[in-house]
Amino acid sequence: MSLDPATVRRIAKLARIRVSDADVDALGADLNAILGWIEQLDEVDVSGVAPLTGGSQMAMRMRPDVVTDGDLQDDVLSNAPDRAGVFYAVPKVVE
Amino acid sequence: MAYSIEGRTGAWEVVIGLEVHAQVISKAKLFSGAAATFGAEANAQVSFVDAAFPGMLPVLNEECVAQAVRTGLGLNAQINLVSRFDRKNYFYADLPQGYQISQYEHPIVGKGVVEIELADGSTRQIGVTRLHLEQDAGKSLHDQHPTKSFIDLNRSGVGLMEIVSEPDLRSPEETGAYLRKLRAILRYLGTCDGNMEEGSMRADVNVSVRKAGEAYRTRCEVKNVNSVRFVMQAVEAEAARQVEVWESGGEVVQETRLFDPARGETRPMRSKEDAHDYRYFPDPDLLPLVLDADWVEQLRAALPELPDEKRARFMRDFGLSGYDASVLVAERATADFFEAVAAGQDAKLAANWVTVELFAVLNKRGLSIENSPVSAVALGQMLDLMANGTINGRIAKDVFEAMVDSGDLPAVIVERKGLRQVTDTGAIDAACAAVLSANPDKVAEYRSGKDKMFGFFVGQVMKAMAGKGNPALVNEALKKLLSA
Repeated sequence: MSLDPATVRRIAKLARIRVSDADVDALGADLNAILGWIEQLDEVDVSGVAPLTGGSQMAMRMRPDVVTDGDLQDDVLSNAPDRAGVFYAVPKVVE
Repeated sequence: MAYSIEGRTGAWEVVIGLEVHAQVISKAKLFSGAAATFGAEANAQVSFVDAAFPGMLPVLNEECVAQAVRTGLGLNAQINLVSRFDRKNYFYADLPQGYQISQYEHPIVGKGVVEIELADGSTRQIGVTRLHLEQDAGKSLHDQHPTKSFIDLNRSGVGLMEIVSEPDLRSPEETGAYLRKLRAILRYLGTCDGNMEEGSMRADVNVSVRKAGEAYRTRCEVKNVNSVRFVMQAVEAEAARQVEVWESGGEVVQETRLFDPARGETRPMRSKEDAHDYRYFPDPDLLPLVLDADWVEQLRAALPELPDEKRARFMRDFGLSGYDASVLVAERATADFFEAVAAGQDAKLAANWVTVELFAVLNKRGLSIENSPVSAVALGQMLDLMANGTINGRIAKDVFEAMVDSGDLPAVIVERKGLRQVTDTGAIDAACAAVLSANPDKVAEYRSGKDKMFGFFVGQVMKAMAGKGNPALVNEALKKLLSA
């Protein structure tokens, strides 16, 4: 399987990564190498084997329903490119 | 008769399925320790996990899982002891992670069923496809600034249950009945407050139309409808639109639409390119969710009585009609109120007073049963006064009105206003005789065969006695005097 430049651009767009025209070919080559490796994995016969969803046989750890966090307005807003009072401010997004 | 839309080419059947998003009632969020309650200052209930700071890891809230299992049990559904969380990838300003943690291939709850009751008394079983747990998104405010949207992440990461129905619904009425029933079940279980106005319950409505006997045609999804009434209107508007498209030679395109309640029509959402390329994959931050069968059984054993069981019990133990029972169990608070009134009373009479007189007062004043001006105890005492003959049914309405206005107990009102029923046969005989002698012409008519004059005499006697005469004794005395 080989990705064409249009597919590479689409993948980059879905991931919101800006890729210049000059980089498309190199990125495509990298992605194709990864896909080649995945295709190698495909050669193993896994029929009848349940997909593995975790690296161990451990079950999920859970937390009790207790409020232990929050009240961090300044901290959670500290990385925001823009804020308005206690809100994050972003370019207008409206349907 | 089955619901259908009459087009130029004949009748069209409407096929509806619902996806309901129900906010889980819990203290903390699905994967963080921030508070999940409504109404705090913007971004005050946000942890680093909710704000998607790098390196933060989600840890699942056990109570949210329990709430999903309780809801599954309440929907008579299969509980999947192994389920999994997946990432649904999309970018939007109120979703800082860039993906929503959801359950795609392996939801926590599988197939279930909800029974709905229709106005004609019939019932239908509506299939539930699945219920899965996922994160809610934050809130965007678009009207605060000319060029910016403001984002509040308090809701970001609150637990949501998405409950998907089979395409089993066939009319706006059935759709409304399903939504109301689902809401009642959630409220009884205490797993979601069902408050559509505040957005803690929202519905996406899938609609298609077809000719009888056909396979399903293309459907459209009407997003985020926020009241039962609007859902019913959206079904009607969207089905009518599709009939028009098909009949004018066009083809319905699968798309996402919005319902505009002011215009009573649906319109397409501006479609975002790639909007549906979610690229789900298992969330590597979370292990599979494995539930202990005994734990599920403990939750099952602790479930409250649900609307269907309560309705059956009201019909069986209290002899109520299916209709009265349905009205009373629609809200748990109403059912509890009724049971408190009915304790030791004639249950049908109690049901009547609650559903007719009390509901009329509540409707008129815009009150819910929780802040009823008349308590269940007081209403029960009034029924006691009727049962032991202290007041008659007609005076009871006056007493009830005074109870609503003053908040006083019925016995106090009866004494203060002197409303005690007159059972002194001497006084009743005298009042009857006076009415008859004042109306010799009417007496003559009665004796010549106009039986319905009897009602007139009863009315006059009751009027003379200010409504306080014992109706049975008044009837008896009048009959005796008239046949003399």
